[in-house]
Amino acid sequence: MTQPLSRRQLLTRAGVIGCSLAASPLFTPMTFAQAPWDKRLIVIILRGGMDGLDVVRPVGDPTYAALRPNLNTPDAPDLDGFFALHPALAGLMPLWRKQELSFVHAVSTPYRDKRSHFDGQDLLEAGTSALGSGARDGWLNRMLQQVPGVAADTAFAIGTTPLPVLEGSAPVANWAPEANLRLSPQAQRLAALVMEEDPALHAALAEAQMLSGAGQDSKGGRAHQQIARYAAARLRGDARVAAFSLGGWDTHGVQHRVLPRSLQTLQDSILLLKDGLGDEVWGKTALIAMTEFGRTARENGAGGTDHGTGGMMILAGGGIKGGQIHARWPGLTEADLYQRRDLMPTADVRASAAWIMRGIAGVNRGVLENTVFPGLDMGSDPKLLL
Amino acid sequence: MGFSPLIAERRFGYGLSPHVAAPGSVDDMLDAVRGPDQMADQFPIPGFRSLQQANTIKIRFDQFARKATTPPDESAEARKKSDAIVHDFIRQRLRSFGQMQLRRIHGTSNFRERLVAFWANHFTAQGKIAMLRQAVPAYVEEAVRPNISGRFADLLTACVTHPVMLEYLDQTASVGPTSKRGLRAGKQRGLNENLARELLELHTLGVGGPYDQTDVRQMAELLTGMTRTRDYTFVFRKGWAEPGRETVLGKTYGDRQSMDPIRDALEDLAIHPVTARHLSTKLAVHFVSDTPSEALISDLTSAYLGSGGDLMVLNQTLLEHPLAWEMPATNIRPPIEYLGTALRALAVPPSRFADLRPSETRKFFLRPLGVMGQVWERPGGPDGWPEEDGAWVTPQGIAARLEWAMNVPARLLPDLPEPNAFLAQVVGPDASETLKFATSAAENRAVAVGLILASPAMQRR
Repeated sequence: MTQPLSRRQLLTRAGVIGCSLAASPLFTPMTFAQAPWDKRLIVIILRGGMDGLDVVRPVGDPTYAALRPNLNTPDAPDLDGFFALHPALAGLMPLWRKQELSFVHAVSTPYRDKRSHFDGQDLLEAGTSALGSGARDGWLNRMLQQVPGVAADTAFAIGTTPLPVLEGSAPVANWAPEANLRLSPQAQRLAALVMEEDPALHAALAEAQMLSGAGQDSKGGRAHQQIARYAAARLRGDARVAAFSLGGWDTHGVQHRVLPRSLQTLQDSILLLKDGLGDEVWGKTALIAMTEFGRTARENGAGGTDHGTGGMMILAGGGIKGGQIHARWPGLTEADLYQRRDLMPTADVRASAAWIMRGIAGVNRGVLENTVFPGLDMGSDPKLLL
Repeated sequence: MGFSPLIAERRFGYGLSPHVAAPGSVDDMLDAVRGPDQMADQFPIPGFRSLQQANTIKIRFDQFARKATTPPDESAEARKKSDAIVHDFIRQRLRSFGQMQLRRIHGTSNFRERLVAFWANHFTAQGKIAMLRQAVPAYVEEAVRPNISGRFADLLTACVTHPVMLEYLDQTASVGPTSKRGLRAGKQRGLNENLARELLELHTLGVGGPYDQTDVRQMAELLTGMTRTRDYTFVFRKGWAEPGRETVLGKTYGDRQSMDPIRDALEDLAIHPVTARHLSTKLAVHFVSDTPSEALISDLTSAYLGSGGDLMVLNQTLLEHPLAWEMPATNIRPPIEYLGTALRALAVPPSRFADLRPSETRKFFLRPLGVMGQVWERPGGPDGWPEEDGAWVTPQGIAARLEWAMNVPARLLPDLPEPNAFLAQVVGPDASETLKFATSAAENRAVAVGLILASPAMQRR
């Protein structure tokens, strides 16, 4: 089915499935609260360290060409005269022209020096200033903890990759379209029957049968396509927040071949979301895609780039103020670079995320700086949203 | 309640096998754990050393490829060889997954396999960098597996001094601030408390334990000096160790000339009464229920303390305790254990695992495990996988188990077992009338086998 389940349908199906649903968290009265706000937020975690310098290329910087002798191909569409877009994202140029796409360049988390994916992603998702500060929840969940009216179907963590950014005490629905039950109706009935003697297993299965199916078409498609369709279907309904991960950004070698594949996946995801959300919902959506760190300013000997520091954030959606590149550009001469090797971060990527959340969910600045991102200074309003 | 072969296999192992006989008594189970490790011999997993050696060769290829004087074609060739080694690492890790399953499928001493999994989770370590990313099976094989029936202090020491753990919890980045190395480095490097904190909070005393930030700090200073060489061999570097004595939990440990003060502190932590209780509770929760009885916990605790931290005494006390055999089974098997149970029931032969391509290992096992909520060797943090049943009984998790049970067995075995016989063999006398009915009502064999494998009797223990 391609339509999300309405509450009425949920109720009807619940009746069919049986009484063990009474124990299900999706069926607490809270579920039926009015959605807490109207705008939509999509967070994509780009795992592996996206090379911001290749994706949004500072071709106007006189030093750039020498740093990237092989990667700096001439076919990159111009963005603003200084920056050009990686050709594999050319399919997003219509969004750029419609001012539904923008970038925040030379940003990073406070993570420095060890350049481990593992720690870098931990910090990106914890949203704290340092690792080991005791927070075991993620910043997106902490935001949900701060706003009233969050129900079990307000926020969705989608896909099989764990999403620490959404983990925590606020309710979050976890679903991977791969878990969609492709069993025959008869097999599903028998499975429900077999589970009946175990109320907890039975309730979980009943809920799965309801979560399953949204946004599916007969084609199925690759994992990221299923995820994007599922997210869109949920966000068209009562969901307000969706998060998922995309991997494949750790481009140590032959980057000219590897990176386009990951960018294609990202572009595909964004366009499928736009398509699935429809004009009205897309018009009030902000999508942010962020990564744990950027990569070295220089190409390495294997035609790739190594783990770096300053990176880049992507914003899309009808709700953002697009068509611009936000950056306090640090320059690329050796003295400009962080430790003479990486793009120097000139802003904290968490500040951009904080301003977006302020605009989308109305979370106030004090809460953002003290609770969601403890110790963050959001600085002045970069005006990322419409 | 007391011993029964069915409960022995189900609660303390990986369920019933159609081919391997269940143990006949508690003594059988204990003797098997004390005796030679037959499964490790039959389905070997290579140790850390072979990874190190291959890695050293890889680094040489890399260096050669990078050198300015290397001609381009030779450089390309060297890079290819280096990549081949990395691919070998990955293949080896995937093969280890199969070996792990084969031990569970064919094992006569599955209590041992469960103990290995339990302690490997207690001492969770993950590979963060380079070749260490493929080294967790080797870590478990040599730091955990040989030590599950000896003194806890030995298990503890083996785990916290292993290079995989040292790197995972940042001990390799910790330098005594006034050590020789610390003074030379200026502000660049200092103390890292990560391993010290987890050692107290997770490995020994537990999170509510009687330690404070000063103990953590002192412990971190005491642990300085432990690190690894460039080829990932454990080394104690005197020049990194913070000079002076350190006081942890009120006891002072001597000046830092060798590993001895660290070993002494680990010994003391191992037999601390709070550690005894922490480990006993965790063991009871894992094997019996999320809310084990106080009597069981305190009997385990006393046995542990009375024996000076002997894990075999702990194992024996658990198995001989009537409360450990109480029914009904309430714990849910975590996904990896669930797959092991299903594969044992299906009696998948070694040749089938030998034939698996890496892509098939991912498709049949690793990806479904991810959907079930347990990405192999990637728990959320050093506290390992949760024990609470609620963490696993999620809509997505249960749906994924059902999907797996219905679809993957037919891809693994050319002929699925006859469902009614299979039901009798692997669920046994516990089979409910409903399950018998559903098995006979299924539209085909794959669905019938799937229903049996997904039934509560297979999921709970």
